[in-house]
Amino acid sequence: MSNWIGAHLWLILAVPLAGSLVILSLTNSRRTAAAALAIVGQVLAFVLSLGAFLPTLQAPGYRVFTNFTWFTFGEQTLRLGFLLDPLTAVMLVMITLVSLCIFVFSVGYMASDKNFTRFFAYLSFFSAAMLGVVLANSLLLLFVCWELVGLASYLLIGFWIKRPSAAAAAKKAFIITRIGDLGFFLGMLWLYGQSGTLLFYDGGNGALESHGLLSLGASATFIALLLFCGAVGKSGQFPLHVWLPDAMEGPTPVSALIHAATMVAAGIFLVARVYPLFSLGAIAGVTPSLTVVVWIGVVTALISALIALAQWDIKRILAYSTVSQLGLMMVSLGVGGVVAGIMHLLAHGFFKALLFLGSGSVIHGCHEEQDIRKMGGLRGRMPVTFLTYAIGMMALSGVPLFFSGAWTKEEILHATLQWPVSRAPHFLMLAGVVLTALYMTRQMIYVFFGHPRGSAEHAHESPPVMTAPLIVLAVCVIAFSVMLTPAWPWLFRYLAGATASFAFSQLIQPGLFIALALVVLGIALGVLIYRRPGELDPMEQSLPALFRFLQHGMWLDELYDRTVLAFARGAARTSDWLDRYFWDGLVRGFGALGSSLGSFTKGFDERAINAGANDAAAAARDLGGLISRRHSGQIQTYLGVVAVGMLALLLLYAWLT
Amino acid sequence: MNPTLQLFLIISAALFCIGLLAALSRRHAIFILIGIEMMLAAAGLNFIAFWRFAPQPAPPTGVMVTVFAIAIAAAEAAVGLALVITVYRHYRTTNVDQIDQLKG
Amino acid sequence: MAHLITGLIFIPILGALFVSVAPRDYGRAVALGSNLMTVLVALALWRYFDPATAGLQMITRQPWIPNIGAEYFLGIDGLSLLLVLLTSVVFPFALLAQRAGRGFCALMLVMQAALYGTFTAQNFILWFLFYEMSLIPAFLLIKVWGGENRDRAATKFFLYTFLGSVAMLLSFLAIYLVRGTFDFAALAAFGKSGLLPGKLGWLAFAGIFLGLAVKVPLFPFHTWLPDAYEAAPTGAAMVLTGVLSKMGVYGFMRLLLPLFPNEIKIMGPALLALAVCSIVFASLAAWGQSDLKRMVAYLSINHLGYCMLGLFAVTATTAVPPREAQAALSGVFLQIFNHGITAAALFYFVGLLEQRRGLRGLNDFGGLMQRTPLLCGWMSVAMFSSLGLPGLNGFVGEFLIFKGSFALAAGYTAVAVLGLLITAIVFLRAMQALFSGPLDESCRELPDLRLGEKWIVLPVTLLMFGVGISPQFILTIFNSTVTQMVRLLG
Repeated sequence: MSNWIGAHLWLILAVPLAGSLVILSLTNSRRTAAAALAIVGQVLAFVLSLGAFLPTLQAPGYRVFTNFTWFTFGEQTLRLGFLLDPLTAVMLVMITLVSLCIFVFSVGYMASDKNFTRFFAYLSFFSAAMLGVVLANSLLLLFVCWELVGLASYLLIGFWIKRPSAAAAAKKAFIITRIGDLGFFLGMLWLYGQSGTLLFYDGGNGALESHGLLSLGASATFIALLLFCGAVGKSGQFPLHVWLPDAMEGPTPVSALIHAATMVAAGIFLVARVYPLFSLGAIAGVTPSLTVVVWIGVVTALISALIALAQWDIKRILAYSTVSQLGLMMVSLGVGGVVAGIMHLLAHGFFKALLFLGSGSVIHGCHEEQDIRKMGGLRGRMPVTFLTYAIGMMALSGVPLFFSGAWTKEEILHATLQWPVSRAPHFLMLAGVVLTALYMTRQMIYVFFGHPRGSAEHAHESPPVMTAPLIVLAVCVIAFSVMLTPAWPWLFRYLAGATASFAFSQLIQPGLFIALALVVLGIALGVLIYRRPGELDPMEQSLPALFRFLQHGMWLDELYDRTVLAFARGAARTSDWLDRYFWDGLVRGFGALGSSLGSFTKGFDERAINAGANDAAAAARDLGGLISRRHSGQIQTYLGVVAVGMLALLLLYAWLT
Repeated sequence: MNPTLQLFLIISAALFCIGLLAALSRRHAIFILIGIEMMLAAAGLNFIAFWRFAPQPAPPTGVMVTVFAIAIAAAEAAVGLALVITVYRHYRTTNVDQIDQLKG
Repeated sequence: MAHLITGLIFIPILGALFVSVAPRDYGRAVALGSNLMTVLVALALWRYFDPATAGLQMITRQPWIPNIGAEYFLGIDGLSLLLVLLTSVVFPFALLAQRAGRGFCALMLVMQAALYGTFTAQNFILWFLFYEMSLIPAFLLIKVWGGENRDRAATKFFLYTFLGSVAMLLSFLAIYLVRGTFDFAALAAFGKSGLLPGKLGWLAFAGIFLGLAVKVPLFPFHTWLPDAYEAAPTGAAMVLTGVLSKMGVYGFMRLLLPLFPNEIKIMGPALLALAVCSIVFASLAAWGQSDLKRMVAYLSINHLGYCMLGLFAVTATTAVPPREAQAALSGVFLQIFNHGITAAALFYFVGLLEQRRGLRGLNDFGGLMQRTPLLCGWMSVAMFSSLGLPGLNGFVGEFLIFKGSFALAAGYTAVAVLGLLITAIVFLRAMQALFSGPLDESCRELPDLRLGEKWIVLPVTLLMFGVGISPQFILTIFNSTVTQMVRLLG
């Protein structure tokens, strides 16, 4: 089995891809078939992923890859490959499981949509592309799938195509991630040029193996930073995070799938995958590129946590929370806590999917209402949603022991504490923990507690097809926390490539108390501040300017619009203008030059060259006139002239002889 | 007085000069035509005279040419008279001073 | 076998004759029949072509006008075959794209013959004859069947390209007077040591460069293109961008690079800068357009800019590692093919929209996805192919070009990738304006793709996917040609 799956890794992404293509060819009326195909494809992918996951447990540092030739150009071959190692394996399981829950949830959520089949085609396609990203053993294949993920997100965010805002958000997502992708692309080209291969592992010759890394030298820093640009775009890091909140225009399952659990994870995954490039030449675990990663992460985590405090849209709060958590993961990767970052990514995948689906259930129950000011008191009306949402919220906030987020956050904080460069990230991340607890408490209170406001009065619990995935995900969140306990850090060691043993004494660590204290502080603050949810936010009352600043995402969209975009649009207009008037003007100028040259030579011809001929002609004409005046028309004159002439000739003759 | 070549030539020259004078001085087209006929006759007389005083026996070329010339002169006179009549019809005059359409 | 190429050239000419004597309603059918035959001949060429051989194959060589060094000299290598195949694909596509009368079809066939000739001739006189022969039908197609401003556009197109041709002809006369031959291969042998001495060499270089740069077109000699493409009827625009523009690129490869390697090396930075300007300014200008056809026309300049970037990177830098040069040249070859297919498809779709709506402004449509999902879907495929989405044909070529040129001219390439971003912006903006949002009142009655149109689009789209997923079948055609070119340059 283990060999078979190692050689057939492509099947894991081929199954959903094939499903997607088949669904795409179905007519709109074949709804059951479409949903069934998508879900069966996902179940198969999940089973295959488990099949791939199990063998990786056998020995620490398990790694299998199959490389193949994509094409030959000139005298060279370009090879791609699939890779299975612990990192890939856990991502596979997480993605397929979360996707499966979301697919099932979508059957209920999208039940009344006209383009139901198309939606499932896109979902399957998305899943396939994402699986490709984690399975790739080649930076090029990773990039290909990465771009396809971008395409899928474009299609899904803009799924409700009638809404202009959805189309705009989809465009924004694609373009902003593509800005990052330019960096990724250049980094990939550079890596290819330097090491001569884009394969990660190739029996010692791969780019991430000793041979490839040796050939990089000092350029590794630049390559790593360029690749990081891609991660910044995809994972919504500052300053390219602006697309993520807008992407909430898509249907909620899409938000859960793309903008919580998987797509944004791709950036983190990328950094983790090419970590040897980042850490090449590290002194005490610090390289320039990793330092950049840390600070970008810190800035992202903090500003988006602050912005989340001032949002009214239930999904936008979660979106900014995602950005913030991704920042946290970046910090973890940057300070050297790769495994902690990945574990947080996994844990986050489950609980954020849970939260998004929960919010989808809330929105569905409240008749497509997304403003938390118009909710409230849903605790009693939607008990299952409330309970599962609470589990997700506690996991996200980092409530210790039974909620997965707590353990991973603690690991990250632990890692930041050991960063030799600066302590600032550690303390800033502690602040981030408080903020997270605070904004999640705010959201919980506004949505589930107090009195129903607005459309919440007619709210109803969602059908089982939507609550079942919530329950499954909630169970996963709690079950996952068991895997993450420091008492039995097998996942940690497994990812790090080492074996683990059970030690109960490790469960209680000093960091746990600090985390507990901070979370309790955040929640208590939240309860205190937001105890009376109303139309006006307490912060809006006391600090209206700050609130507006945060509510509009620190005016970053407007800033970009006025600066970068204005410049680019200006450049576009200028180019068009230059083309129409300057370059074409030059051409017309040359044309005018030619035609004036023509008229000059015409003048020269007429005035200089023709002048002599004209004079000669005039002289001839005058002479003719002179002679013609001698012609009187009198025949006798003529005759006389003839006679005189003959006489003259005779005389001449006589004189000559 | 023996008829000599000189005598003939003098008569011929006189005839030619009279003809020329007539053609140049008369105003009436018919008289000009008559003058031209006289010059032709002078030329014909020359032909005959040169043939008669050439070493004999000679082929009668002079006579032949003269006969042709007389025939041509007849034709020419006919054409000339026709022209005069046409000119008269057109201009209502035969006075050549007033016919100056040929002028340049 | 050797006469296959001759057949290829004369079948369209005969076809044009038959079209002009055919009954009025059968003109297009006869033209398509002729195209079917040329496709078969092209496939036969491909079948008998030996991809392992680098040099010329299936040579036909007859003396023609020995006094001036003119020969009837035809032959193909990988590059020629690639372009012959491209021509054979694009022309039927273009003829199917338009309801066309006899005159239109006949002119298209004449142009096709000229293109086949251009891509296979190995003697300058013959080559130039075909090169110019293609200009006349193109001019007439724009002038007679064109849209708004056709007179102005056609005249501009003609004068512009003709001026370039004259410069090129003068240069070649100079070369002939010094070297005494018009044979490409013989001239290329002189290239290394300097084809012409001193200033004369530079003048000749400048003349040929001008002629080809106008044809491609390379910034800033491109201003005829938007006008011409905008005015041209759909079928002609497809051919103009799909094949005719490739004559310039082909000329660069066949003439300028082998004949003037030293001059190009010296001019390297300037040439690279021009290519980068082509990429960036053309894509920016495309962003500034509101007319779909003009937008696609500008993107055509942008995409050919990638070709030029790859070419100049290979030839204009001093030390060229063969690995990178092979990548860049393979990319350029692929890009030639890909752009031919994709740009033609884009013009086809714009033509479909224009035919349905009567207008082709970006703002004349809206919400089409609700009314014509199939049209939007297929058109999106072409657009994504053009913006270089992996999995479609555009990506492979651009990746290889950038791979090679980044290693050879990193700075220029880093600026040039901006083109990828701007292209994406341009297309997504177009998709947003055309496909999404509420359905525009004026688009309420637009019909979706008809059965015939589906059958036209399907093979082209399959080709895009085919090249994108498994480009080997195209690469095999020219792998040995690329290797040989790199060896000659090295």
